[in-house]
Amino acid sequence: MNDNQFDDISSSPHLDEYLSQFEDWFRDWGDKEWENRVLSSGAARLNEFGYDPFGMSPAFIRKVIPFVRFLYRAYFRVTTHGLHELPTTRLMFVSNHSGQIPLDGALIAAAVAVEGRPPRILRSMVERWVPSLPFVSLFMTRCGQVLGDPDNSRRLLENDEAILVFPEGVRGISKLYKDRYKLQEFGTGFMRLAVETRTPIVPVAVIGAEEAVPALYNFRWLARLLGAPSFPITPTFPWLLGLGLLPYPVKVHIWFGEPMHFTGDPDDEDEVIDLNVEKVRSKVAQLIARGLEERGPFPFSILGGIRP
Amino acid sequence: MSCIVLTGIAGTIGRLLARQLHLDHEVIGLDRRDLPDRPKDVKVYKLDIRRKRCENLFRRHKVDAVIHLNIMHDFRKPQAELHGFNVLGTQRLLEYAANHGVRKFIFLSTANVYGARPDNPQYLTEEALLLAGEGFSEMRSLVSVDMLVTSFFWKNPEVETVILRPAHILGTAANGPSAYLSLAHVPTVLGFDPMIQVLHESELVRAMVAAVEPGRRGIYNLAGPPAAPLSALVKYLGKRTLPMPYAMLRALAQRAWQMGVAQVPPPELDFLRFPCLVDDSRARRELGFQPKLTLPQTLDQLKRSPAYRQGGRRS
Repeated sequence: MNDNQFDDISSSPHLDEYLSQFEDWFRDWGDKEWENRVLSSGAARLNEFGYDPFGMSPAFIRKVIPFVRFLYRAYFRVTTHGLHELPTTRLMFVSNHSGQIPLDGALIAAAVAVEGRPPRILRSMVERWVPSLPFVSLFMTRCGQVLGDPDNSRRLLENDEAILVFPEGVRGISKLYKDRYKLQEFGTGFMRLAVETRTPIVPVAVIGAEEAVPALYNFRWLARLLGAPSFPITPTFPWLLGLGLLPYPVKVHIWFGEPMHFTGDPDDEDEVIDLNVEKVRSKVAQLIARGLEERGPFPFSILGGIRP
Repeated sequence: MSCIVLTGIAGTIGRLLARQLHLDHEVIGLDRRDLPDRPKDVKVYKLDIRRKRCENLFRRHKVDAVIHLNIMHDFRKPQAELHGFNVLGTQRLLEYAANHGVRKFIFLSTANVYGARPDNPQYLTEEALLLAGEGFSEMRSLVSVDMLVTSFFWKNPEVETVILRPAHILGTAANGPSAYLSLAHVPTVLGFDPMIQVLHESELVRAMVAAVEPGRRGIYNLAGPPAAPLSALVKYLGKRTLPMPYAMLRALAQRAWQMGVAQVPPPELDFLRFPCLVDDSRARRELGFQPKLTLPQTLDQLKRSPAYRQGGRRS
């Protein structure tokens, strides 16, 4: 056993594995053919000026791809697990939410767009305060993200699109570092919608985003003053101002579960709906537990690659 | 051949609608403004709709339908006058309609009554709340009138009431959206580029003619061709946007409004930041409303209008 361990550290394959994360960055990821395939998937709904009914612009996404590629491949070295064949019909991804700034949404969307078969554009449902922010709201809209209103979600699902929801909402994204990977309570809205529109749910767990922006304290009153969901204090924020909110380059794993199907009455009592919500929540919790176990102990967990 | 009373016949939409309707119906116009070039068979009463004498018109003719377009949109008018003319006038008309056995009442509202809000769903259905009056006092009379006719719709099932809430109307009408897009440089809010729905006035007229058909009743949004970002519309028109930070634009608008230069009050700037889009699937299903013009065609029509070429100076 001891010998093996010694072997492991001295032998090069693991170092290679570590370095290969960075090599991915140099590989041409967003080749034109792939881009066209992804971006044309919703072409039927584009208007004469190239925008979909929710303001998404494939031409704009094309410009953003290099940046997302950098984040996905080089910065967070994302590894996906369990992302197999995807149905081409309506689909709802349900994920844990973390990291103060909704990077997890961008990374899941990138994973589905790059590694999904077929690649799909994932529309994530954003917080209610986002549309009032200049530039941010515009950027998100053009990238295909949509205000998380039940009406909007229903409309997208009825168009057979894939959406991403975070039932933890603000509770998840604004939790402190000490509560990392503690799944918060789920809302029931997503389940009612899934039942009503007969949409399969894909549970997702994002591992790593939690350490990317570790919040030590949340100034609630200051957040309320600014109209933001939270005002986190991290080791670098607000000391380095905006730069301090820059997430740390933590290795990110994204775990996907098998699609889950639910039936029933969407207007059922909360108790009945809660049973199904709990099924999804425990599935996400399982994926988180598995992901945490597999990525090993600190600091390898956040560096990735080398395992003791 | 039924007898239709058309209020606000001297307006752009009123004139267009009269030209369509007089072919199949007896049209009686009601407006306090002059109407010089009217079809010969159209009678026009030059009256203020608030006047009691308007009721004589209903006594004299067997009126089958009322189309109510006579709403004052001029936000520069004092609140009391706006409210008085719009709400009181509409109230009187509804009374006459109920008392004189009118079978149909068509009211032209606007999609703006929903208000442009950051938390609006992308497409508002007819059930959405009318929240435009919040922080925008000048809009309140338009919201009140819409609510007044809506409650009439529920209380008087024997009258087929139709309420139309069209998106921004473009065309020869000297209205806000047409004038705004006619500006040489179109001011926008920096960091925002909301989706906008525009509807050519001819489409609106077709929808109104369709609403006259017996059996059609209800509240209908009208949207026209698919929505597009404001900047894309401006670009297609071959103009430049003039993006300004919200705080600055708001201060400018405030000053201009106080000095009496601006035609629109500062809260209207929210329409340049947040979406106010409507879902018109009900109108497509029940009224058979199907826009003929595409978005580029609608904008081309706007370019051809005389007011546009003058650079948006209001008449």
